[in-house]
Amino acid sequence: MDLKLDHRTEDGLTIVEVEGEIDVYTAPRLRELLIDLVNKGNFRLLVNMEKVDFLDSTGLGVLVGGLKRVRAHDGSLELVCTQERILKIFRITGLTKVFGIYASVDEAKEAHGKDK
Amino acid sequence: MATVELTFSALPAHVRTARLVATAIARRTGVEESLLDEVRLAVGEACSRAVEAHRAHCPGEPIRIELRDDSGRFEVTVSDQAPSDEITQDEPFDLGMLSDSFMSGFGIAVIAGLADDVEVFPSPKGTDIRMSWPANGRLTSL
Repeated sequence: MDLKLDHRTEDGLTIVEVEGEIDVYTAPRLRELLIDLVNKGNFRLLVNMEKVDFLDSTGLGVLVGGLKRVRAHDGSLELVCTQERILKIFRITGLTKVFGIYASVDEAKEAHGKDK
Repeated sequence: MATVELTFSALPAHVRTARLVATAIARRTGVEESLLDEVRLAVGEACSRAVEAHRAHCPGEPIRIELRDDSGRFEVTVSDQAPSDEITQDEPFDLGMLSDSFMSGFGIAVIAGLADDVEVFPSPKGTDIRMSWPANGRLTSL
């Protein structure tokens, strides 16, 4: 499966919907989207990984790159993910300590609401 | 011992094909279904790393994968021909340290976390990554 990307803004959060496989071939498209969103002033990003079938270290690199960009603007890049096969990669690399990971978009929005 | 060999040009688009082939052979070799995701990811990581290394050093040379059913183990060896300059890190928690070059070392870290058994043989003439998982050897009887 190829990579499908979409994004929308809700309650001040820019939600990036990702579907398919994030690997060395497709990750550049996600990188371009994240860079474009940051360049347009979107510094509070939530990447929904619930429909991601495959994620490798190239994809992790893109997410880390996005996190670095938003943090340069005091922003945030967090994830929605409950799939064990994807979460395992974050655990192996220690990145569960770097990213905020939520079980749903609503849970992430609620957490951000409390921050306000 | 049954062996499948695959060579492919150093193009990112071929990595998906390589990991799908590896997963299919693993299934037929008798690797447990619960391990197939790990096979798919580990082989994908090894191939991604090889593609990046070839693109930097020798883009015209092919990458080789050997998949073997070897005495109750499903063994995969991914071989590249690029001089090794692998970066390895143990504690990737500091965001400031996570530069693009640092991230290039993540592949082997992920493989080490996934494969049951991993050996990396770097050399000036290329790197072999050998990894294996338990299998019941169905391929040899087909």
